[in-house]
Amino acid sequence: METPKQLLPDFLGALGAVIGTLIVVAFSPMAGILGFVLTFIIISVITAAAISGIRQDRKAAANSVSTMVIYFLAAFVLLPVVSIIFEIIRKGAPGLSIGLFFDDMSVTSTDAPLNEGGLLHALVALATIVSIPIGILTALYLTEVKGKAAGTVRFFVQAMSGVPSIVAGLFIYAVWMITFGGTYTTAAGALALTILMIPTVARTAEEVLKLIPTDLREAGLALGATQWKTVALVVIPAARSGLITAVTIGGNDAMNWNPFSGNNSALPFYVWKNFGIGTEIGADRAWTGIFVLMVVVMIFFTIARVLGNRKG
Amino acid sequence: MHDHPVSIIENPNRRDVPNPREITTEPRFSDRAFRAVVSSGGFIALLLLGLISFFLLFNGFSIFRTEGLSFVTSFDWIAESIESGTEASYGIGAMLYGTLVIGFLGLFFGFPLALGAALFLSYYAPEWLKKPMVLIVDVMAAIPSIVFGLWGYYVLMPHAEEWARLINKYLGFIPIFSMPGDFYTRSPFIAGLVLAVMIIPIITSISREVFAQTPLDRIQAAYALGATRWSMIRAVVIPYGRGGVIGGAMLGLGRAIGETVAVYTVLNLVYDIRPEILLSAGGSVASLIVNKFSEAGPQELKALMAAGFVLFMVTLAVNFFANAIISRTARKE
Repeated sequence: METPKQLLPDFLGALGAVIGTLIVVAFSPMAGILGFVLTFIIISVITAAAISGIRQDRKAAANSVSTMVIYFLAAFVLLPVVSIIFEIIRKGAPGLSIGLFFDDMSVTSTDAPLNEGGLLHALVALATIVSIPIGILTALYLTEVKGKAAGTVRFFVQAMSGVPSIVAGLFIYAVWMITFGGTYTTAAGALALTILMIPTVARTAEEVLKLIPTDLREAGLALGATQWKTVALVVIPAARSGLITAVTIGGNDAMNWNPFSGNNSALPFYVWKNFGIGTEIGADRAWTGIFVLMVVVMIFFTIARVLGNRKG
Repeated sequence: MHDHPVSIIENPNRRDVPNPREITTEPRFSDRAFRAVVSSGGFIALLLLGLISFFLLFNGFSIFRTEGLSFVTSFDWIAESIESGTEASYGIGAMLYGTLVIGFLGLFFGFPLALGAALFLSYYAPEWLKKPMVLIVDVMAAIPSIVFGLWGYYVLMPHAEEWARLINKYLGFIPIFSMPGDFYTRSPFIAGLVLAVMIIPIITSISREVFAQTPLDRIQAAYALGATRWSMIRAVVIPYGRGGVIGGAMLGLGRAIGETVAVYTVLNLVYDIRPEILLSAGGSVASLIVNKFSEAGPQELKALMAAGFVLFMVTLAVNFFANAIISRTARKE
């Protein structure tokens, strides 16, 4: 621990930076919060460099400058998240009412009522049911079977996780509506989401399965179990909570909706529609919709976290 | 008479003891079935990627044939119209250019922040701050893109317009910051800022993973030789993790290129290549598809499929390249 005496120059430096900033802002065209922040960053970096430069050497000065810069960069990363969450609560919470989930708003406007937000869950649930087996089978192929093509499959699954949601939507449209002449259904939307979910489930599940010690597998095989029995009765039970996490994270991914996956007034579509109206009341409804959406996302997120932390 | 004790093996009359198991390396039926099912499941991802490119190419093929190379180079997007008798012409040149502009702007703003955050979390953050901050970055990754879009439109845009005005005031002599009128809303600059926020989590988490693989003995050796924290990072961490960090940045770029909803809300689509990034005129292939899709006729739909195919190929190429760089860095133990 540093003694108070050693900390004194740092403290004086910080104080000096604040006072210096106030003086510069007062006597220069720099104004407002933006001006204050910019001036403060510049002055504090210079102060830090000067203090360590004088007390030690140039290397110490470079170290102080980089430390300051990295602290500021990290702080700026937090800024948008804090702003997003703050604004969602500020603008979205007032519009919340119990009636929102039960009443039909079609009297007051032509757009979909929020209570149909339930459809999002149907969509996500359907997509989850389809993508769980595919994702987990892919992960099993990569970790248990380790086939010749494992490297290639892993590479393509990684590439697949970058497929834009709009491309997945177009693909489903091309297959479902153009080729088979179908109409829009929840199932079609769910299939588009499935494409987005598979790589996430597969990659997370692979990470989880990799953590299962090889000893367990070898013990199973040494006892005379077949590989199938070993995987089904030893590996998967051991990885169960992790696999549930993988599925939950995938479900969270599916919230990344695009206009093709939810013509059916799913929650994001409700937000999108109301935003598109461009009126004050539309904006208010959009914010309320976002508030509810974020609550759902956070519930998923928390479940994934809790399950993921419970090592078993 | 008295019985001699006879061991089970010698007694041929004992039938209730099974014969010794036949020892074989041949996989049993259950294993063969298991392997077959799992392998075919594993190939579904490959199959899906193949199907996506096939169907998009199949539906957009006639457009590629009539437009040829001009589909990716020309700027105009005119749907066929019977009343005015105009001939259809489809070109996504401006949109492709715009996509790259906002993608690189997102990277320009987002990469330093993400790298700073990753370094902070790996080497600077006090223990008590590490966990909550990692959690916040993960939350950021979980936020749906429509939320970013609305936040960008209602919250960020008013501020960003002011920043754009300031940039124009002091740096307006540089062509890309010039402004022919007073149209600061929904510009590539603002879209780039929103994209930056959206790609920070992925770049941060990949950079952290890469930094975590830096060998501890080298780090300690650097400190033992009297390095400051910064000179240690410059001498050990950066050279070790450079490839992975670049790969992470490219993955972020891939995300930015494919981003649809958020970009659509904060970007004004204009079918022209404009060098001014502060001007309310930009392009994005993904937004073009959303924009035109609802009222597209059959032929325009084909053109949109073709645009989707191009977008798919670009993102796939960027991702391939990024993952190759990352895995090569990761293997270099």
